[in-house]
Amino acid sequence: MKRFVPLLVFIGLVGLFGFGIWWNSWHDARYVPSPLIDKPAPDFALPKLDAPDQTVTKASLLGKPYLLNVFASWCVACAEEHPVLMADGRALGIPLVGYDYKDVPDDARRWLREHGSPYDLVIADQPGRTAIDFGVYGAPESFLIDAKGVIRYKHIGPLTPEVIARELQPAIDAVKREAP
Amino acid sequence: MTPELGQLALVLAFLLAIAQGVLPLIGAWRGNRALMAVARPAAAGQAVFVAMAFGILAWAFLHFDFSVQYVADNSNLALPWYYRIAAVWGAHEGSLLLWILILNLWTVALAALSHKLPEVFAARVLGVMGLVAIGFLAFIIFTSDPFGRLLPMPADGADLNPVLQDPGMTFHPPVLYMGYVGFSVAFAFSIAALLGGEVEQAWVRWARPWTNAAWGFLTLGIVAGSWWAYAELGWGGWWFWDPVENASFMPWLIGAALIHAQAITEKRGGLRAWTLLLSIFAFSFSLLGTFLVRSGVLTSVHAFASDPRRGVFILIFMAIVVGGSLLLYALRAPKVTGGKPFDIVSRETALLIGNLMFAVAAAMVMLGTLFPLIGDALHLGRISVGPPYFGLLFPLLMAPVVLLLPLGPFLHWGKADGGALKQVALRAGIAAAACAIVAAFFVQGQLKAIAGVAAAVWIAVGVLLYALKRWRDMPRGRRYPAEMAGMLLAHLGVAVFVIGVLLSESLSVTHDVRLAPGQHEVIAGYDFRFDGVHRTAGPNWRADQGVVTVQRDGRTVAVMHPQKRTYAREQVQTESAVDAGVFRDLYVALGEPMDANNIEGAWALRLYYKPFIRWIWGGGLLMMLGGFVCAGDRRFRIKRIAAEAALPPVEPQPQESPA
Amino acid sequence: MSARTPCRSGFSRDSMPRRSQLKPLLRMALLALLVFAGHAFAASGAIEPLPFKDHAQEVRFQNLTKQLRCMVCQNENLADSNADLARDLRLEVFQLMQQGKSDAEIKQYLVDRYSDFVLYDPPLKPGTWLLWFGPLAILLAGGVVVTVAIRRRNRGNGAIDDDKPADGRQAGNAPADMGDDW
Repeated sequence: MKRFVPLLVFIGLVGLFGFGIWWNSWHDARYVPSPLIDKPAPDFALPKLDAPDQTVTKASLLGKPYLLNVFASWCVACAEEHPVLMADGRALGIPLVGYDYKDVPDDARRWLREHGSPYDLVIADQPGRTAIDFGVYGAPESFLIDAKGVIRYKHIGPLTPEVIARELQPAIDAVKREAP
Repeated sequence: MTPELGQLALVLAFLLAIAQGVLPLIGAWRGNRALMAVARPAAAGQAVFVAMAFGILAWAFLHFDFSVQYVADNSNLALPWYYRIAAVWGAHEGSLLLWILILNLWTVALAALSHKLPEVFAARVLGVMGLVAIGFLAFIIFTSDPFGRLLPMPADGADLNPVLQDPGMTFHPPVLYMGYVGFSVAFAFSIAALLGGEVEQAWVRWARPWTNAAWGFLTLGIVAGSWWAYAELGWGGWWFWDPVENASFMPWLIGAALIHAQAITEKRGGLRAWTLLLSIFAFSFSLLGTFLVRSGVLTSVHAFASDPRRGVFILIFMAIVVGGSLLLYALRAPKVTGGKPFDIVSRETALLIGNLMFAVAAAMVMLGTLFPLIGDALHLGRISVGPPYFGLLFPLLMAPVVLLLPLGPFLHWGKADGGALKQVALRAGIAAAACAIVAAFFVQGQLKAIAGVAAAVWIAVGVLLYALKRWRDMPRGRRYPAEMAGMLLAHLGVAVFVIGVLLSESLSVTHDVRLAPGQHEVIAGYDFRFDGVHRTAGPNWRADQGVVTVQRDGRTVAVMHPQKRTYAREQVQTESAVDAGVFRDLYVALGEPMDANNIEGAWALRLYYKPFIRWIWGGGLLMMLGGFVCAGDRRFRIKRIAAEAALPPVEPQPQESPA
Repeated sequence: MSARTPCRSGFSRDSMPRRSQLKPLLRMALLALLVFAGHAFAASGAIEPLPFKDHAQEVRFQNLTKQLRCMVCQNENLADSNADLARDLRLEVFQLMQQGKSDAEIKQYLVDRYSDFVLYDPPLKPGTWLLWFGPLAILLAGGVVVTVAIRRRNRGNGAIDDDKPADGRQAGNAPADMGDDW
């Protein structure tokens, strides 16, 4: 009976590997779940892209849920995501706040002029310090922040119509249901 | 030389592999001599066609045939010819072709050197090798064809990854594969033994040289990879516990255990089931390595581009080969223990403990490597397992081995002589303690360094004492049979390796510094003077080259030239400058210029002082040498069948088998 | 051939799968990886002299950053990675060190933002018991097996004769044949 132990362990391993291949085929291997889900968003105070003398703080955005979308003019994948935001951004029903990440403000403004801006508001984090508090590691990233300032959902990578339909919209609806 | 001929060659090889794999096994089962005799010619034919395919691919690279997708992806017009040949195995498809070529090399060697083996046994061994070849050729033909065309043909190719354009990287894969694939021979021997009900008791003796040689190659391959990483990657590290490194280390550990288990089985008749199992494990880990690298199941900087289809194919292949063998083992492994009994204090016990530690170490490395996958499967979140885990557990597990190592040869088979043992332990212990105390003064209380010195001296003194004993006790010509000389070399290699690792890890100095031309920085008594950066160029790159003059006690010790190279497609590669020495390496890596527009101004530099780092690879090379010397022992060469047939088989003892 | 590709552009695979073979999802994953492709940074960005108080602090910094994973080039540690984020995080670690935070506090700071994945040293928690105690369990199980095996062999099977050839040949017949003279 002992002789069958190696075989049984091996069968278990094959199962594990089979799972691994399956898992890998529809998961981005670089995806790391965020530890900030259901935790308050970090406090921030960042200048507006268009009016750098004006500062936007977390407190000033409380009261309504919004989608914070991390992007940059140098980010190739953001260019892929942009048309989706332009087309479907309004339909989400919540404000879209653009978060310009580690970008030269002139470049960002030019990029938005060329491609159009889906955002209701754009804030700029040129040094990238606040982004660390958000756990940003690869643009584009999108955070759904509720009325109380708690991060409820995060998506890493470009938003697509499928992701919006399958994950983002239901999350937005759930958040909206809670609000009075 | 059309690439399609290469595809044809592979198909023909595949057909011959089927012949080689299936017919002799049927022949052995049925006692049909004609079918058994198919093995050697089929193996030879397969080898010819695989070599042809390989040659055609190499030809395509040498002649810039960018109509072949694989050539276009991995070379370009500026790539020097020697790297164009290395590019043959630079990516997935070609490296598989290398794999099957090397499998054929081992098979042909086996076919040539096995004429004195009993016919049925030889047929089975070659048959099993053929079955393995079937799997790999099928994998290549159906999922990984290197000869696919790219039309329209581009004017120039992409490039071989600059990181691979280095002699170390050229040498490392073929040697490593010699090791990986070489374990298939021990595997084939075991399967043949299981299939035949182990009628030939001497099969372990026949398997030993092949196993030792394969292990030697694997050791060399791992050493080459480690040395290359150190020289090429720019960060002074030599081992990262990366999943694919671990994939080569696991078979190495099992192979080390196997070599010692085979010794017990051959000389004392015991542990037959365990030796069989280890032989299956060793090759299984080789296959596991292949799977991990190519299936994308684990993220690793080493991995090929993953394709789930390929992953599934290898998984099925592995399931059949390993699962089949383990099933065969479960059903047919000897239930009755043979072998002479042994005392608790004996060489057998020491070797068993060693085997246990190596096996647990291999299991630990596998657990750590696969744990991220387990974490995903059990929804434990994304867990990271890295050097802190492996670097803690591995030395702990190896500590008992280090303690027993010098005592091993002094322990007799069966029952050890306590007196001699105590003497050795005392002498080696005193020497180790003395050296440790001396070392403590030099290294200012660095525990790791002191431990390294103590462990290395403990082992080395034990080895030397035994060598001396043999010199005194044995007549000339019988003092150091190859098997023993190999053992002494390999064990000495362990001592050298241990001291290399522990001293370099604890005493290295790394320092980032910003220097303008003419400025100095001193680390570890060496004065590094930065003499500026200028432009230079090579066959397919251009570079910013720095000049760093190193002085010690006023004398110039080295002039170093770290570079930052730019290859095709703007790929940038840091080429660090290494001043190698027996007792220390000096290492300089170029960072960024302070002012991006002025390369003649100040630059950031990273300076390293790495004491005893060459001893790590030196120890590895001694171990490799030990393996090869041992494999060459005349005692292992197959004697005439007639003499063997005269021997009565070993009487099995009426005991239950524990393994 | 397997290639250790130092991660420069966040793209850690060494050969690009052909477009026709890529499923749309996989292709998107690749595009996400290309996030930093537009960034012009050199391969040696990891070398940056920081104003350490003394050598001991520098050594502490090196040891700490070696235990942290770069989130962009996920196969490199924070000490060696060229990624922009790595540079930012190294600076962050440095500043935290200057503020007097301990290694554990610095690690917790990063874990709060990036999850346990940023640590190469897996934390000891129920989810990792298998990892940390598994090898010990295997060792104990193996130890039991080995002990039983040794005991069984030792159980009075006649005189334990050492150094005699195992296949019954006469002792005088070339003992070197079995390598048993040692």
